[in-house]
Amino acid sequence: MKFAVIVFPGSNCDIDMYHAVKDELGAEAEYVWHDAESLDEYDGILLPGGFSYGDYLRSGAVARFSNVMKEVVKAAEAGKPVLGVCNGFQVLLEAGLLPGAMRRNDSLKFICRSVELKVANNETMFSSSYEKNEVIQIPIAHGEGNYYCDEATLAKLQENNQIVFTYNGTNPNGSLENIAGIINEKGNVLGMMPHPERAVDELLGGADGLKLFQSIVKQWREAHVVNA
Amino acid sequence: MSLMLEPSPEQLKAQKVYKEMGLSDEEFAMIEKIIGRLPNYTEIGLFSVMWSEHCSYKNSKPVLSKFPTTGEKVLQGPGEGAGIVDIGDGQAVVFKIESHNHPSAIEPYQGAATGVGGIIRDVFSMGARPVALLNSLRFGELDSPRVRYLFKEVVAGIAGYGNCIGIPTVGGEVQFDPSYEGNPLVNAMCVGLIDHKDIKKGQAHGVGNTVMYVGAKTGRDGIHGATFASEELTDQSEAKRPAVQVGDPFMEKLLLEACLELVQSDALVGIQDMGAAGLTSSSAEMASKAGSGIEMNLDLVPQRETGMTAYEMMLSESQERMLIVVKKGREQEIVDLFSKYGLEAVSVGKVTDDKMLRLTHKGEVVAELPVDALAEDAPVYHKPSSEPEYYREFQAMENEIPAVEDYKETLVKLLQQPTIASKEWVYDQYDYMVRTNTVVAPGSDAAVIRIRGTRKGLAMTTDCNSRYMYLDPETGGKIAVAEAARNIVCSGGVPLAITDNLNFGNPEKPEIFWQIEKAADGISDACRTLNTPVIGGNVSLYNETNGTAIYPTPVIGMVGLVEDIDHVTTQSFKAAGDLIYLVGETKDEFGGSELQKMAYGKIFGKAPELDLEKEEKVQAQILKAIRSGLLASAHDVAEGGLAVAVAESLIGSKGLGADVKVSGNTTSALFSESQSRFLLSVKKENQEEFERLVDAKLIGEVTEAPVLYISNEEGLVLAEQVEVLEQAWKGAIPCLLK
Repeated sequence: MKFAVIVFPGSNCDIDMYHAVKDELGAEAEYVWHDAESLDEYDGILLPGGFSYGDYLRSGAVARFSNVMKEVVKAAEAGKPVLGVCNGFQVLLEAGLLPGAMRRNDSLKFICRSVELKVANNETMFSSSYEKNEVIQIPIAHGEGNYYCDEATLAKLQENNQIVFTYNGTNPNGSLENIAGIINEKGNVLGMMPHPERAVDELLGGADGLKLFQSIVKQWREAHVVNA
Repeated sequence: MSLMLEPSPEQLKAQKVYKEMGLSDEEFAMIEKIIGRLPNYTEIGLFSVMWSEHCSYKNSKPVLSKFPTTGEKVLQGPGEGAGIVDIGDGQAVVFKIESHNHPSAIEPYQGAATGVGGIIRDVFSMGARPVALLNSLRFGELDSPRVRYLFKEVVAGIAGYGNCIGIPTVGGEVQFDPSYEGNPLVNAMCVGLIDHKDIKKGQAHGVGNTVMYVGAKTGRDGIHGATFASEELTDQSEAKRPAVQVGDPFMEKLLLEACLELVQSDALVGIQDMGAAGLTSSSAEMASKAGSGIEMNLDLVPQRETGMTAYEMMLSESQERMLIVVKKGREQEIVDLFSKYGLEAVSVGKVTDDKMLRLTHKGEVVAELPVDALAEDAPVYHKPSSEPEYYREFQAMENEIPAVEDYKETLVKLLQQPTIASKEWVYDQYDYMVRTNTVVAPGSDAAVIRIRGTRKGLAMTTDCNSRYMYLDPETGGKIAVAEAARNIVCSGGVPLAITDNLNFGNPEKPEIFWQIEKAADGISDACRTLNTPVIGGNVSLYNETNGTAIYPTPVIGMVGLVEDIDHVTTQSFKAAGDLIYLVGETKDEFGGSELQKMAYGKIFGKAPELDLEKEEKVQAQILKAIRSGLLASAHDVAEGGLAVAVAESLIGSKGLGADVKVSGNTTSALFSESQSRFLLSVKKENQEEFERLVDAKLIGEVTEAPVLYISNEEGLVLAEQVEVLEQAWKGAIPCLLK
């Protein structure tokens, strides 16, 4: 399985994502610059964290107009797994691939720390290797992670079981319903504020994020065995 | 056309306009003699910034020459963007510290942010990939609203820049004392990694080669920033806000990636950051270091404002710019490389052989000056020095043990002192994990990052106890270096070298100059004994507000090599049953201590003694024990003494307790700040081997129940839940900020 790590000007967790996939997961990965014309050769798309275009406007608001985003939309429509982490999540919201919007943290400060997440839905291609309600330790590092959507959207998210990760215990940013990560209706586009790619090596304090990437690969393998 | 009419050379001299730019009558006369005519307005501007203390070190050079700057592993000492030390396998570590004190006093967010931006550029201008940031901050006491504002904004500024550019801020220190009330200190340090073959220098070699300008456009911000940094702060300093630059971390991220790609190109001859004194210092220094000259057409300089004069362009300190020299004929490659990142690369001039900096603007030569005169020939002053009265008084005092009635209450209060209390409120705002190499995050003795693809790691720290420094600058200087080394050793690293940031008051005052000299003596001694040469740094003088100086604060930034990542050790106790040892001798030393400050509201007396030979021996023993896998935890005993050290080792231990026995005077045993001491924990099965390697005293045991018990020969003197200690320690700073 081959992953594209999309690099916007100002992305800075691209290296983290790349090494998590390549070194710890053992899958193939390539950096793809924001002006790429095609993502056809990739099986999974990863949008890393950072400050795309400086995020001087709303986070992700400029990146969504990047050339490569047309291809990301195409990949999503084709059913390929698309994962947006932190700024990647913000870009997916701005691009309309996921519903809702991001506000500044309720503390109005950037927060970097390891937090507890609960796996609210383990029946997705991103979370199938976790137990339902499993509590995992994943770092966050963001200033705008306060997820918000209107009541109708929230009702839909809940009804379709689209809330995949929630903050367990203290909510670090004030997000609605403790939401940390959501998936699209079709189940192949996941956005999350916490950084699973930073939690793949015990040396750095924990490896609870690894199962997320393993879930993606597992699903892909199963799909390809069936198709073969 | 500029609306500002520049005075003629004759007017300049008659009206002494140069004085407003920080030049003295004597210096003006020297300039007249060097160039053999009267300088024009632009030329005098160039001299004034290049001869400012910030750029020329004219007052500090005689002191800086005391430092040992060479060593078998030193690949680059002071004089370039940053120093470089070999770490084996063809790799090297690049690092430097720099101050942004005055800008931060006036405009704290941007002052701190651009301080971070500037030091990052110093590191990547050497060709290195920046991998970590640290800082060292000083503020007044948090009970003042102005100080709280400065503190919050400085931290936000550091976070804003570092987080956005994606370099982890992994460590640092923050201290609070009234002497910094009007003049906070903001020192930023950057650490980079490089392969030996990629090392680049800021030198303009090869007559006919092209001088190119890359990065952000030039505006009118930061004009005379270097001059502003070289004078005292006063009530009128607010008016200098335009001398503070504005940072754009996104632009710098692009510039960083573009420059690191550029470094791989053989078209590149030299590269230098446009930092203090911008286009002036980068061009004059690159030419001077290479023994060449530079000619530039200022019409070609990318400008973001209209009608800029030559003077304004040359003195602007707009951020995120670099000056590079490339091989003639290869310019288009460079233009293409930078355009990938949406950046401009513009040919603005060429390298000449006449050792002159020649500037043209609108068809006229607007400045023509010898580069060596600008970069090298600034006057060097040997300022008068005199031992201050206060020092004689303090030295005559006997050591005095403060009266303590309740040990528990005293410990809790010490843990709440902002200088000791948890800095989580600060580092929570820094992305210390990005690039996923951070093995030891902020909060332990030194931060450690791994070097991907190897077994190695880098340990790093910043340190300076300015209270000891004030009481006795020479001993204080030794302690600062020794403590930095203790932090590195406790983390499992061998100290490699230091960078220093000499923050002092006005050197024209003999008592201040005496502090600078003595501190440099102490630092030099310690660097020699501990084998950590000074590979670069920064001098920040004139840190005074309305005539009152800060405490002398020569901040030491140290980097060490962890040879195997398995050696990484932290300060937290690990398991119940482990034995607790104290290394080093405890004396009745309270001069400048946290307890003295708390008990008397002031500091006085002698600084704690330091025996460098003993220090070196102890550090070697501990490092050996760590490398032999014998230590479960290691922590240096610093501010607040043994009791605070034990509490800190417990707080991170996830639910353990400790039972500790002390002897001698109990107040001294618990709270004295005697030097060269370490708190270690050791698994029982390693007891024998450990005791053979290290001269240490067994003082207790890690326990299952999360309670700290301390007793002396007569019985229990202190018992407290670790949770209570933790709450006091963690809650203090957030509480003071509410």
